[in-house]
Amino acid sequence: MEPNTQKLIHSFGALADLGQEIADTGDFIEMVRTSLHLLLGTLAIRRGAVVECPSHLDQTNPLALWGLGEGYEARFSVDDETKAAFLACETGAVAVHTSAAHEPSLVSFLAAHEAEYREQLIELIVPMIVRGDLTGLVLLGGKASGEPFNADDIEVIRSMVRHIGVGIHTHRLLAEVKQQAEENRRLYFDLRAIYRDTVRAFAAAIDIKDKYTQGHSDRVGKYSEIIARELGFAEEAVEGMAIAGYLHDVGKLVVERDIINAPYRIDAKQSSELNRHPGAGFEILSPINHPYADIPLSAKYHHERMDGRGYPDGLTDTQIPLGAKIVTVADSFDAMTTDRPYKKRRTFDEVVHDLRRNTGTQFDPVIVSAFCRALLKELNGETRERKFLKMLGKNYLDARKDAPLLVQLLSELDATTQSAAAGG
Amino acid sequence: MLTRAEGKHLGEAIKSNVRSHCVGTTAVVYASDYLNKLTGERIERECKKQLDSGARALVIDFSDTELVNSIGISILLGIIDIAEKSGALVVFSDVNDETVQLFEMLGLTRHVVLAKDEQEAISGLATPPTQSHIIGH
Repeated sequence: MEPNTQKLIHSFGALADLGQEIADTGDFIEMVRTSLHLLLGTLAIRRGAVVECPSHLDQTNPLALWGLGEGYEARFSVDDETKAAFLACETGAVAVHTSAAHEPSLVSFLAAHEAEYREQLIELIVPMIVRGDLTGLVLLGGKASGEPFNADDIEVIRSMVRHIGVGIHTHRLLAEVKQQAEENRRLYFDLRAIYRDTVRAFAAAIDIKDKYTQGHSDRVGKYSEIIARELGFAEEAVEGMAIAGYLHDVGKLVVERDIINAPYRIDAKQSSELNRHPGAGFEILSPINHPYADIPLSAKYHHERMDGRGYPDGLTDTQIPLGAKIVTVADSFDAMTTDRPYKKRRTFDEVVHDLRRNTGTQFDPVIVSAFCRALLKELNGETRERKFLKMLGKNYLDARKDAPLLVQLLSELDATTQSAAAGG
Repeated sequence: MLTRAEGKHLGEAIKSNVRSHCVGTTAVVYASDYLNKLTGERIERECKKQLDSGARALVIDFSDTELVNSIGISILLGIIDIAEKSGALVVFSDVNDETVQLFEMLGLTRHVVLAKDEQEAISGLATPPTQSHIIGH
C-alpha cells in the first residue's frame, strides 16, 4: 500500500473513532483523554495536553495530559489579549520555538512560557475555537519520526482539534442545561412548598370562622392524603388530594358565622344557606390555576352521595369525581370523631357502625376500604408515623379492640366489592 | 457494540489477563488481537509493572495482533517513553507487514527494534545490534 494511502486510512480511522468518542458524553474527562490519545496517535506525536480556557477565568484548566513531565500541570494564564490573538491566528496553529511573525501579545505570551514549553518538549499550540470563542488550547510535542509538522499534518491536527473543541463545548452546554434544570426543579419544589403552606394557612383561616371545628380542614387534608396514598396515587396526586382536603370548606367563608356556629340543629332555611358552601367553594377555587387537578370539583362535590341524595347536583356513583369521594369520607370521619356544637364525638365502635351503614349509599366502598386499611396499618404498628393518633388523640383508639372491628368491616367491604364486580 | 459500562466491566474482568513472562531481565508482553484503548492500557500497565520490577528490556509480541489504531499508537509511544526513561530497550516482535508499514510511516521504528519473532527478539537482545535496529526485517 502507498504510504500516503495508508496515512489517509489511518487518519480517517482516527477521525471516525474521535467522532464516536465525542458523541459519547458519559464521562467527560475520559472523552477528552481518549480524544487526546487519538490525536497523538494519528501522527505519532509523543506528548500533548488539552487545556480549557474558561471565559470567566484567566487561567487554563487542564483536562488531559499525556507524556509530559511528572508534576507538570499545564496550568498557565491566558489573558484576554492573548485569547484574542489565538482567535486571530490565521494558520490555526502556533509553532512555539520559531521566530514566525505573531501578534505582539502572542509573542510576549510565548516568551513568558518558552522555558516551560522547552522543558516539556512542546512544539505546537493549537487553539480550539468553537462558535468564535476560544474553548481551549491543545499543546503538542514533536512527532516520533523527528520530522517537523508539515501543512498536511497541521490540517489533520486542526480538523481533530475542532472536533475535540466541539465535544468540550457540547459537554459544557449540557452541564449548563443540567444545572439550570436542577435549579428549576429546586424552585418548583420550593414553590410547591410555599403553595402548600399558603393553602394550609388559608385552611386555618377558614376554620377560625367555626369555633367548634378548628383544625377541621387541616385534618380533612391529612385524611385525604392518607387515603390517596393508600389507593396508590402518584406522589404529586397525593399532594393534590391534601390540598383538596384543606380547601374543601372554603365556601363556608360566604356562609354567615351564626349559622356555622349555631349550638343547635339548624333549621331548613339555615341548612339551605349552609348547603351553598360547596358551590361557593367551587366559585372561589375555579379561577385559580392550581398545580393539581380537580381541586374546585372536590370542593363542589364533597357532599354528593353514591345514591344521588347528596347536594348540590344530586350526582350518583360514577358521576362523582374520585377526589370528591375521598374528601367526603375524610370530611365525614372528622365530623364523626370531633365534638360538634350539638353532639359529642362518637366512639370508634359507632364510627365503624356508621361507615358500614353508609357505605354504598353515601360513601364509595373502595374509598372506605382504603381508609380502613390505612388506619389498620397504623393500629397494627406497620407504619412508623402515627398520623391518626395525632389527629384523634391518644385515648381515642385502642388497637386491641378496634383492629378487629376494622378487619371485620374490611372483610365485609371486600365481599360487597367482589359481588358488585361479579354482578357487572 | 459494547456500551461504555459493558466495556468497563469487560475491561475489569480481563484486566489481569495480559499474558507476559520474563527471560532473565527481559520481559515479554503479548499484545492482543486489536490494540485499542482497552487492551493498550492493560499492556501499558503490565509494561510499567515489569519495568518497576527491574526489567531491562521489553519485548512486546504482536503475533496475535491484526490491527493497531491511533490510541494504540499513542499508548505504544507512551511505553517507549517510559522505557527510554528507565534506560530499557523496546523490541516489537512478530508484527504483521501492514502494521510494520504503519510503524515505519509514523516513525515508531526509530525508537524500537523490530524482530521476526519472540525467539529472535530475545536472542537479539543478548547481542544488541549496532548498525540497524531491525532484526530479521
